[in-house]
Amino acid sequence: MIATAVVAPAVVMIAAVVLIVLALVYYLVATIVALRRISAGLDDVITGVGEIIEKSAPVNDVVIAINEQLDAGVDLLEGLLVKKAGLGDAVGLIEGIYPGAAATGLRNFPDSAEIEPPRIGEVYTKGTLTLARLGREAPVAAASPSGGEVLRNIEGGSLAARSLYPSVRHTSPERLPRSPVIGSGAPVQYEQRDDIGAPRKRLPARRP
Amino acid sequence: MTLWWIGDIVLLVVILPVVVYLLRGVLTAADGIVPTVGEIAAVAKRGSQDLDAAPLLLTTRDQVEQTVAGVADYGGSLDVIVDDATDEEGGSA
Repeated sequence: MIATAVVAPAVVMIAAVVLIVLALVYYLVATIVALRRISAGLDDVITGVGEIIEKSAPVNDVVIAINEQLDAGVDLLEGLLVKKAGLGDAVGLIEGIYPGAAATGLRNFPDSAEIEPPRIGEVYTKGTLTLARLGREAPVAAASPSGGEVLRNIEGGSLAARSLYPSVRHTSPERLPRSPVIGSGAPVQYEQRDDIGAPRKRLPARRP
Repeated sequence: MTLWWIGDIVLLVVILPVVVYLLRGVLTAADGIVPTVGEIAAVAKRGSQDLDAAPLLLTTRDQVEQTVAGVADYGGSLDVIVDDATDEEGGSA
């Protein structure tokens, strides 16, 4: 009787411990399975991130090189425009082509932002600008077939100025061969000769 | 004997539920991470695929170099052909 009374709580305790152990096994095994899935997923993540790092590694240098090239191009074009048109007209041209852009100014000419851009509404040639400065009362403008005010007509612009010149190029026939191509892609490359403009090395032979 | 029974009751009523509660919490958290990791892996894979076009930047760089070189040649020709601006024209050249 006493033995039975002693054994009963022991059996209950053993059963409780077994239940606890079973719970531990079930949940820990399930957790291990979940952690294995996480590990496999992280392997995929690491693979993807590794590819991203590998593919994006040269991007920085390439973009820097592209930016340097573009910076050089901007410097070249800005410098050429200012050299050929002057700072004021350059700002006016930029304002004419891209309204509002003159407020930003040229990158290499900080003073250009303070210049009030002249009103130049069309891309112009130097000859057109010269004629425009002569004004509508100038003889060359008075001889214009359109009444002497073409150069003041902002809608006419440089195309109207062509009518001042006796040229068949823009009338008839409609299309003639264009001017020779210049630049590195020109079909004919001309090398600059050093002897042009220099004193003659020897006089031409006289006729006997 | 009474204490033994009390210990059994505590084991079954307190300790076992607490152990199960804690283990279930760990399992729930681990199961919650699995889909998130899967989504991250998918995003990383798509990000990697998005960068497949990155080598084309080398072509872009070469083309930019050629373009700028052409612009430089053209600008050099213009520099020879077109007169510089004079001070009367408002230029600073």
